[in-house]
Amino acid sequence: MTNNPFGRLRPGARGLLVGLLTAVFLTPFYLMLRNALMDSRGLASPRWTWWPSPMHWENFTALLDDPTLHMGRALGNSLLIAGITAPVSTLLASAAGYAFARIPVPGRGVLLALVVATLMIPGSVTFVPTFVVVGSMGGVNTLWGLIAPGLFNPFAVLLFRNFYLQFPAEIEEAGRLDGLGWFGLYRRIALPASGAMLASLGALAFIDSWNAFLWPLVIGQDPSSWTAQIALSTFLTSQTINLPGLFAGAVVTVAPLVAMFLIAQRYIVEGIATSGLKG
Amino acid sequence: MNATPDSTRSFGRAASPATQPWVHAPARRPGRADRRAWGAFALLAGPMLIGLGTFKYVAIGWSFLLSLSDAHGTIALGHWVGLDNYRHLLADPAFRSSLVRIVLFTLAIVPVTFAVSLGLALLVHRVRRGRAVVRTAFLIPAAVSYVAASLLWKMCLFNGLPAGIANTVGGWFGMAAVPWLQTTDPPLYWIVLVTLRLWLQVGFYMVLFLAGLQAVPRDVYEAAALDGATGLRLLRRITLPMLRNTSVTVLMLQFIAAFQAFDEFYNLFNSGLSGGGTAPVRTPLVYLYDTAMGAQDYGLGSAGAFVLTALIVAVTLVQGRLTGFGKGGE
Repeated sequence: MTNNPFGRLRPGARGLLVGLLTAVFLTPFYLMLRNALMDSRGLASPRWTWWPSPMHWENFTALLDDPTLHMGRALGNSLLIAGITAPVSTLLASAAGYAFARIPVPGRGVLLALVVATLMIPGSVTFVPTFVVVGSMGGVNTLWGLIAPGLFNPFAVLLFRNFYLQFPAEIEEAGRLDGLGWFGLYRRIALPASGAMLASLGALAFIDSWNAFLWPLVIGQDPSSWTAQIALSTFLTSQTINLPGLFAGAVVTVAPLVAMFLIAQRYIVEGIATSGLKG
Repeated sequence: MNATPDSTRSFGRAASPATQPWVHAPARRPGRADRRAWGAFALLAGPMLIGLGTFKYVAIGWSFLLSLSDAHGTIALGHWVGLDNYRHLLADPAFRSSLVRIVLFTLAIVPVTFAVSLGLALLVHRVRRGRAVVRTAFLIPAAVSYVAASLLWKMCLFNGLPAGIANTVGGWFGMAAVPWLQTTDPPLYWIVLVTLRLWLQVGFYMVLFLAGLQAVPRDVYEAAALDGATGLRLLRRITLPMLRNTSVTVLMLQFIAAFQAFDEFYNLFNSGLSGGGTAPVRTPLVYLYDTAMGAQDYGLGSAGAFVLTALIVAVTLVQGRLTGFGKGGE
């Protein structure tokens, strides 16, 4: 049965195509690692080297030790920001989603409409309004200024609301008979049952936060509040001489997420599919 | 990242009707039960509502007032200038050309990404052995930031040196070595921009298409195959119509993302404050960044944010109307 055009290819040809494409997609990773382990002379040489020998691991220590790059501090900032943003934004969305799905209060529909309306606002374009508010509260160059605007994801609220609407009511009914109030029902029954959803959306939030560029660029103007992306970008746009150092910088900013993709891929795929299908 | 809440699910996992128990909760003392419900609601939804209120509603309201003010180097209101900022913005050739450029960029990147991600999904869907490995290989570039990818594209793949990767590959086909990023006629830098975004994004959309493909019932294909349909015909008559909702979602997400392009333009062309605008192309967001953060003109910057938001919302709505987005949903 041939249900798509690739079905007509013979298995061998299809395997070859898949292998070729896989190689193309992974090539940039190979180049990044190879270049990070070369020395400047080797990189400038027109003679191609497949793999550096010896490997120049000192590029990495030089990168982290260079006081003008602030790379160590920036990596720490990024880890802290993404490490706070992912769980907090996901929990806030889950709690709000539960409230909108289950707790009958007058005016709930209006409030939900106000949440939905914010979905129409495209994320990055509004950096000027967000800067105005965060700046007026003294958030420039602060950790909370970097984190706070990213904690409130209306889209995740809707995903969680749908999730809790489809959650079997009988289970909660039993908890209610045991004397749990609304908050107890959420805390003891609904939240513990949301593990996969929390992990999926949390993983996506971590990735978005770690890779964010425009907002950290706008709000983190002092090197002490740079994130890894800003430090790398500053390194890239300020000079082009220390090439192996640049690639080493790329490796250290990319490696944590690649590791996460390999470990938590199931949740990431699930998260993309969930948000996309409802998107 | 998303602009529309509508559900696109109409097959596959059937959407169950909304179950809302306890709308008429057995409340002997309604006053007290009401207060309890309000308390829990405020506790659970309150932080989110306050956050959205502050960072969306207050921000946008304030910024709207700023867009009607002369606000150089200040975010204080008071110096009203009416629609001057909007007039100035729309008359500025730099802003206009940034709009033209981003439309061209969107027209280039969206169909290519759409076709490649759909193709990869169809391919991966057919792979039986090692599917997880192949899927990972296509998805993992999504872990890379635009900054790191720009670095790789600018300093390695398209570095313009005769021994650079792109020039070496071009040489196999008899092309002379060219400085990719600096070549504006013909605009070779577009190849750099499109391939970069393609590599980063295509896996994400492939996963969406794969989820859509898995939702297509097998017996639909079996029935069609019994009728003698094969290959491209099956694709056109069955697979693509069944992926309609996914396709609309993918197009919309791509459009919104492309229109807000900033990171790769900033990093590839040094177009930020330090680089002094060497880019052959400034996107509207780069223009806004220069206006608000560089020149500290928050009035003009706010006006720009509103013009762009209006454009994105308008196109999204038109696209939704044309493709019947949301119809046949929950």
